[in-house]
Amino acid sequence: MIRAEDVSWSYGDSLTIDGISLEARPGRVLGLIGPNGSGKTTLLRLLYGALKTKTGHVAINDKDLRSMSAKATAQNLAVVVQESVGESVMTVSEMVMLGRLPHLSTFQRASDHDEDIVADCLERVGALPLASRSFAGLSGGERQRVLIARALAQEATHLLLDEPTNHLDIRYQHEVLSIVRALDTTTIVVLHDLNLAARYCDDLVLLRSGSVAAAGPTSQVLDPQTLTEVYGIGVERVESGGQLHLLFEPLRSAMAEAKQS
Amino acid sequence: MAQTARERPVASGRSLAGRASTSSPAPDRLGLRAQRRRTVSWIIGLSALLLVSIVLGVGAGAVQISPVTVAKIIGHHLIGWPAEVTWTLPEGSIVWDVRMPRVVLGIFVGAGLAVCGVALQAMVRNVLADPYLLGINSGASSGAAAAILFGFGAGFGQYALPISAFLGALVASFLVFFIARSGGRVTSIRLLLAGVAVGYALYAATSFLIFASGSAQGARSVLFWLLGSLGLARWDGPLAVVVVVIVGTIALLTIWGRRLDALAIGDETAHTLGISPERFRTVLLAVVALAIGVLVSAAGSIGFVGLVVPHMARRAVGGVHAHVVPVAALMGAILLVWADLAARLLLQPQEIPIGIVTSLVGAPFLLILIRRFQAESS
Repeated sequence: MIRAEDVSWSYGDSLTIDGISLEARPGRVLGLIGPNGSGKTTLLRLLYGALKTKTGHVAINDKDLRSMSAKATAQNLAVVVQESVGESVMTVSEMVMLGRLPHLSTFQRASDHDEDIVADCLERVGALPLASRSFAGLSGGERQRVLIARALAQEATHLLLDEPTNHLDIRYQHEVLSIVRALDTTTIVVLHDLNLAARYCDDLVLLRSGSVAAAGPTSQVLDPQTLTEVYGIGVERVESGGQLHLLFEPLRSAMAEAKQS
Repeated sequence: MAQTARERPVASGRSLAGRASTSSPAPDRLGLRAQRRRTVSWIIGLSALLLVSIVLGVGAGAVQISPVTVAKIIGHHLIGWPAEVTWTLPEGSIVWDVRMPRVVLGIFVGAGLAVCGVALQAMVRNVLADPYLLGINSGASSGAAAAILFGFGAGFGQYALPISAFLGALVASFLVFFIARSGGRVTSIRLLLAGVAVGYALYAATSFLIFASGSAQGARSVLFWLLGSLGLARWDGPLAVVVVVIVGTIALLTIWGRRLDALAIGDETAHTLGISPERFRTVLLAVVALAIGVLVSAAGSIGFVGLVVPHMARRAVGGVHAHVVPVAALMGAILLVWADLAARLLLQPQEIPIGIVTSLVGAPFLLILIRRFQAESS
């Protein structure tokens, strides 16, 4: 379980994250949604300790994040970040093997057991056939699956993902989130696409300029009126086959404003 | 039969992995064992090449000595075999007292520059980084210029030059370190900027020392030193310090291989894998600065080795630093032994500064790398 209590963070004078509390419950997928600049990624970085909270605190399984070493954090918390890998010439399996880093001491070599875990994690995301390929040569969707496999190889009970569907075409967006959905970890995922959030998240936290605008079960948070207020766009909600879909329409007033300026 | 026919294309698609899976009991599903075997083969091959290079490098010169004699003399001194002396006294002296320390210094300077290049490229996440980017060599140069031109550190006798150079390197390292840390966090971009700024400032200081001394002969000595030379190598010189520091650096960087892998991907990734990127970068900076300081003090600034060799090593064994570091060390050592040979022989009896040779070889090599890189990414 990940719990944030009254967490704040500021860059310069302006408060970027303003007293947010949230809780990700075991085995459930919590989505962080909100417009650009609402603080989704910043909040996520506070949750995995890349940023230090100004006030409030984050706890993993009731243990304060600040009292945990970097290594202990990485054993409990796996993160898929948005970071280009530069000019890395590692193979896919070497990349996933890095996920074992939090479990190996400096002098320890990766054992057969570690190799089995890596193979298993690649298998789970359907990337085992890619094992000896160069990571840099993969497509966006393949890379994202491999990075999820690396996170799985950390054998952490908590998984955080920062816009894992970014730059992926529609098929891979669903493929990646289906993989995440099928895991039994406690998951927090930052998502841009509200329909993907509707489909794959159990609970949502909707952010607006660094504060929580709405939080709760997915169907409750995706209320057309709330979304219109936060995003400034017309929203229609359709339910078919037990699945919630959102349709969007630019607001007349917003269009008129755009025309004037 | 039909089955083997179906399997064959898979095996031939990736020959190394394919062969590995048939010979080992458990299949190498991940290709990791094949990668390891490839690295071990490279290390064995390069070690053999290094031995040959040592024998050739020690034998060649104004007085040619046959490889067999060279091998015997080295064996006699190192392992006491052969015990019987079958060579002349001058031959023994040239091989063991004159040329051998020079080749040994070359080996460790080459290896050290190469592995520091690997570490720095991972640290600042830029494949065009080289050990001199941190400005440490400029500090050493200022120290050396002060010693040559103004007799700085004369109290240290024959070690005045290396000791002054090392003090200069130390000053430069501290400057870079504190400027990079001034914002509280040692990020890769701040490290780069600090290195470039300190480098330029100390380069100006060196130029001013040369200008102010008004000694043409002194300026020539400084220039010669700036371009790098192994000519100061002697068994009783700072050679032992170089050997100890570089062996330690290679060992540390190999042990830290996985951490370097993570840091090379990015700070955010390193953090999520349980490594504090800033702390690790700080420790790395200290290790690399010490190594470079010692190297430059002993042999001047020898360019391009630290830039080019990491690329060669990655091309050979891939991107895992635990593999790249030892392979780069061997490649750097071999490269410098041959470069020194060329420096001594090309314009005999005149000796060319070794830095000119490495740059002459390195520059076209870098261009080839860039062309290949462009071809691969397009």
